[in-house]
Amino acid sequence: MLILTCPYCGITADETELAPGGEAHLKRHGPGSGDDEFHSYLFTRENPRGVHFERWRHAYGCGKWFHAARDTMTLEVFGTYKAQTTEPPKEVRAAITARHPGWSWRDFS
Amino acid sequence: MSDPISAMNMARFDGIARIEETGLHGMITLRGDLASKPLKAAATAVAGVAFPGANEANCEDDTGICWMSPDEALVMCPYDTVKAGVAQMQKALARQHVLVVNVSDARAVFQVSGPSAREVMAKLCPVDLSPEAFKPGMFRRTRMAQVAAAFWMVDDQTFRIVCFRSVADYVFSLLRVAAQPGSEVGCF
Amino acid sequence: MSHRLADHGRLIDRSKRIGFSFNGAPLAGHPGDTLASALLANARMMVGRSFKYHRARGVVASGAEEPNALMNMGQGATFEPNQRATTTELFDGLTARSQNHWPSLDFDIGAINTHLSRFLPAGFYYKMFMYPRAFWKHVYEPFIRQSAGLGQAPRERDCDTYEHFYAFTDVLVIGGGIAGLLAAHAAAQSGAKVLVLEQTAFWGGRSPVDGGTVDGVPVEQAIEKIVGELEEMDNVTLRTRCMGAGVYDHGYVLGYERLTDHLPVAEGPRHRLWRIRAAQVITATGAIERPLSFAGNDVPGVMLASAMRDYAVNYGVAAGRRIVIATNNDDAYRTALCLKKAGLDVVRVLDARSIGGGALMEEARAEGIRIDCGRAIAKVTGGKRVRKVKICAQDGIGGALEDIDCDAVAMSGGWSPVVHLWSHCGGKLVWDEDQAHFRPDPERPPTGPDGAGFVTAAGAANGILSLDGALKDATAAGRAAAKAAGFKPRRTAAPTGDSVAEAPLEPVWLMPRAAQVSLRSKSWLDFQNDVKVSDVQLAAREGFESVEHTKRYTTLGMATDQGKLSNINGLAILSDALGQPIPATGTTTFRPPYTPISMGAIAGEARGEVFQPLRKTPMHDWHAAHGADWEPVGHWRRPYAFLRDGERVHDAVEREVKNTRQALGLLDASTLGKLLVKGPDAGRFLDMLYTNMMSTLKPGHCRYGLMCSENGFLIDDGVVARINEDTFLCHTTTGGADRIHGMMEEWLQTEWWDWQVYVANLTEQFAQVAVVGPNARKVLEKLGGMDVSAKTLPFMGWADGRIGGFDCRVYRISFSGELSFEIAVPASQGLAFWTALIAAGEEFGVMPYGTEALHIMRAEKGFIMIGDETDGTVIPQDLGLDWAISRKKDDYLGKRAQQRPHMTDPGRWKLVGLETLDGSVLPDGAYAVAPGRNANGQRNTQGRVTSTYHSPTLGRGIAMGLALKGPERMGEVLEFAGTDGKTTSARIVDPVFYDKDGEKQNV
Repeated sequence: MLILTCPYCGITADETELAPGGEAHLKRHGPGSGDDEFHSYLFTRENPRGVHFERWRHAYGCGKWFHAARDTMTLEVFGTYKAQTTEPPKEVRAAITARHPGWSWRDFS
Repeated sequence: MSDPISAMNMARFDGIARIEETGLHGMITLRGDLASKPLKAAATAVAGVAFPGANEANCEDDTGICWMSPDEALVMCPYDTVKAGVAQMQKALARQHVLVVNVSDARAVFQVSGPSAREVMAKLCPVDLSPEAFKPGMFRRTRMAQVAAAFWMVDDQTFRIVCFRSVADYVFSLLRVAAQPGSEVGCF
Repeated sequence: MSHRLADHGRLIDRSKRIGFSFNGAPLAGHPGDTLASALLANARMMVGRSFKYHRARGVVASGAEEPNALMNMGQGATFEPNQRATTTELFDGLTARSQNHWPSLDFDIGAINTHLSRFLPAGFYYKMFMYPRAFWKHVYEPFIRQSAGLGQAPRERDCDTYEHFYAFTDVLVIGGGIAGLLAAHAAAQSGAKVLVLEQTAFWGGRSPVDGGTVDGVPVEQAIEKIVGELEEMDNVTLRTRCMGAGVYDHGYVLGYERLTDHLPVAEGPRHRLWRIRAAQVITATGAIERPLSFAGNDVPGVMLASAMRDYAVNYGVAAGRRIVIATNNDDAYRTALCLKKAGLDVVRVLDARSIGGGALMEEARAEGIRIDCGRAIAKVTGGKRVRKVKICAQDGIGGALEDIDCDAVAMSGGWSPVVHLWSHCGGKLVWDEDQAHFRPDPERPPTGPDGAGFVTAAGAANGILSLDGALKDATAAGRAAAKAAGFKPRRTAAPTGDSVAEAPLEPVWLMPRAAQVSLRSKSWLDFQNDVKVSDVQLAAREGFESVEHTKRYTTLGMATDQGKLSNINGLAILSDALGQPIPATGTTTFRPPYTPISMGAIAGEARGEVFQPLRKTPMHDWHAAHGADWEPVGHWRRPYAFLRDGERVHDAVEREVKNTRQALGLLDASTLGKLLVKGPDAGRFLDMLYTNMMSTLKPGHCRYGLMCSENGFLIDDGVVARINEDTFLCHTTTGGADRIHGMMEEWLQTEWWDWQVYVANLTEQFAQVAVVGPNARKVLEKLGGMDVSAKTLPFMGWADGRIGGFDCRVYRISFSGELSFEIAVPASQGLAFWTALIAAGEEFGVMPYGTEALHIMRAEKGFIMIGDETDGTVIPQDLGLDWAISRKKDDYLGKRAQQRPHMTDPGRWKLVGLETLDGSVLPDGAYAVAPGRNANGQRNTQGRVTSTYHSPTLGRGIAMGLALKGPERMGEVLEFAGTDGKTTSARIVDPVFYDKDGEKQNV
């Protein structure tokens, strides 16, 4: 039962107040995209043992979607940040690096 | 036009706390940039209270403003003035990108009061409701057992709860179970 | 025999007697007794039978670790099986029955299993019940079911109530023994908020029984003082009868509080589940004494040495009169001294260590107790209670040297810290060679959201078994936890404990060391599940090398006590059999809860009327009063049909359909989703959400729209009304309102966050009534108000106005094919508006109709229903809805997916109408068979039924379905296979069965 801090309202919410939303930072592919990239957009997901970027919604609270950087094994939370971005912010990456030097996830490191 | 009736028709229960439905309230959902001065001015003009900060509620009797999210506030007013309030805000904000809509009938409001009120709420909500952590003036959206709810404190022993109208019966029953005689926790 | 002593008993009140019953016999005890102590005081040494061999079992422990004394407790609506007598507080009128025997505890048919035990080794069931295969269903499974389970299942509904409580604290201390109390005290002095949970009804744990002094004061007084001080502190909450049940991620801990189990009758909830978030957790959960593995160690009267001491000191109860003690450590001498002091005959202490123990042994010897070093128990004899002990050398195979008459045996194999709560959330263990136990590894604690440890073990739970060591350790743990929680601990000296120094123990995993097989096969490891030393050795021989595999093969540690007594002994035996050190074998996984907790506590308030939320429309009570037969739709309850007196559901539905088609029907449509979408980009946004073009819709008009997921599949449909230039009202399905609202927010927040659109869910703001049928306009005109003529309010138009004095919005939309107005009024007036329509409609033949009539009428018109025609694999093109898919738009959710090769495959099944040749109703979900069989030998298929009804309008069965190239095969007959082996022939027809030109709705 995780607790995550919503970056919009600042509430540290119980997992039961949140709704999970799968992998973060997916790039939408629409009409005009190739079969492979569209297939990858729909179906291909990371499944790491360690650093992961996820989407969560503060569903029972302010209703906002946010991102969380988390270690799937130790459940350490490196940071939560607003969803209106295409990449994790610097301070979150730095927090991950402090714990996992040399980490990488998709194109981020 | 016939007399409007609230979801639970003012039902009441006395256990370790008093549970009562407080009837119909004027409620206006206001979505927009909460930092915008015209928006704040329009809301305070209807509610007659200062605009609250994040996770706060400024409520006095039947009027008030609750901070719902970074782009949403709930403006409270007497039920019979809600249409005028909506029209007034819509007019004031006609040039802004905002959404002002009457949601009075979509909600039910309950009051939980008494020395054990905090405990009754803490049986249903995953929120720290100790006197040090949750005080009058604060506003919290969360879940009560299995449904969404929001609440604030009128005073140190009194909560006001807003939930959806369709689950008013469920919420009233939940509160009745949580306030059953002999169920004091003795924690706060 | 066990009996009550003339004195002793610090926890009981001898001035009062209370009555209880055991297996129907009336017995008496004292307030403060546990059921176990009261049974022993009444000379009830045999309290149950074991699971597999039905062997006689007595009380072996004094606390949560008890494997044997499990009871069927209470009667009727308060009945509960498998309750531990050792943790059940006695109250006046308690009723208990022993378990797992027939016809009686004393004479049990199943006990024959014990004589067959040679033939029932580990894995017996796996080996025996393999072949022949046909025996499984009719012979083996009934046999296993007959013998499975310990207690009885309750027959009546539980009459008690339960609740949850959410608590937040800086430091949570689990365990109210001396270590827990001191740790709490040290933490609380920093100002941190501290919550202390103690599973029993009293503070101090074992220390008052073990004795010693704290800063020169006897332990019992020191505890009183600390508790008194903690009670005075505002930042400390103390709870007894509240067990720390489990430690979970991010400082989440469950506490199981038993509020009324110790009372005959009481108001309020029975159990309360504390759902705690703690910044730091201290596990001061103590240690559990290990049994010794010798033959006959399961005979009633054989008890843990510490338990025997507990019963004497706490309850003034003696386990017997002539007692033999077997040990490998000094602690058992405390029992010897205690029993001797109580006036009992300690006939012998058998110390497996060749040089014996230290100061405590000398003290015992000085008291005149005979001590034999290097000696062991070869065998305990006696069936239903201990009669005799055969003594042998520990270093041998068990050749008996001497027989001693006795009626009780105390055993002590050393102490294992209770590491369960430390381990639940990933805390790791180290093997302590000196004390022969696993203890928490302080370097590898469970970690919290910040990546740092959030659990600290203290005292005996941390492997610190001396009083002074535990005091120091607990004080340090309390300070460390406060500091880690962000507080500044005070620097006060830890108290000094004084207790006798102990000589080292010697690990003894089998007694005697090289016990012959006849002894090993009577040396119990798991008392409840009947697992013996020989079973674990057999498992090792058969190749079960992993401790987890051995556990499951032998069922070691899988009983309700989860191996609290047996695990370490079992894995030591396994390690020995595998020839590897114990840490190489490791432990099985410790899983919460620590001891079983009630189902009621887990459910909390969620039972009976608040089991789950029921959503009610403003007209709900009217429906209930008018014969509504309810159908769950999401959390809503909607009337399926309105039954008149004596009417069957089918007849009511027929009547409602006919009446609506011929006169006037009313449907409560309040549950339909109503989402307000507003902003400069609202049109553009809806163009992305719907497959068709919404931005071109004119204000005042409605348009039916389809929504797809990014995978292209149809997920929702409904009518969109354009309110003004930048505002739309989107109707969704009943079940889709919250989901689609969430989806809109998701796309707006996470993809198109620069688009200027706001959404509000107005579903419950309005009560909505569909006024349907040829007389629909008449009733509205009678009520009076706005102009609802076809000219002013044409089909697919909407208008605001007043009807019968009600403010309303009227939509000219139809899901039935009839003239239809859907009218929204504020929810608080919904009931009044509904009753006004019913009253005004009387002369026009008004009747309310339910969801089944709605479904039939839409099917007669060939309208699809989300969830019937769609199932998450169907795209709009499959349903012939190409007309609702805009070709002008570059993009909409699902468009790209609908271009994938599989989606454009001409071989996809498509929507058709189906008409049975004999007029019967096709079975729902039936498949149309095709020639040939697939790889699994099943018949090939070429279509399936998605909706099927008896049409009252047409007087025959009608259906919709998906069929291979269906629309190209009009008139062809398909065979549909039913589950009864029969097939039904149905012809492919146009899905619109009724009023194909739409003349009726457009008047």
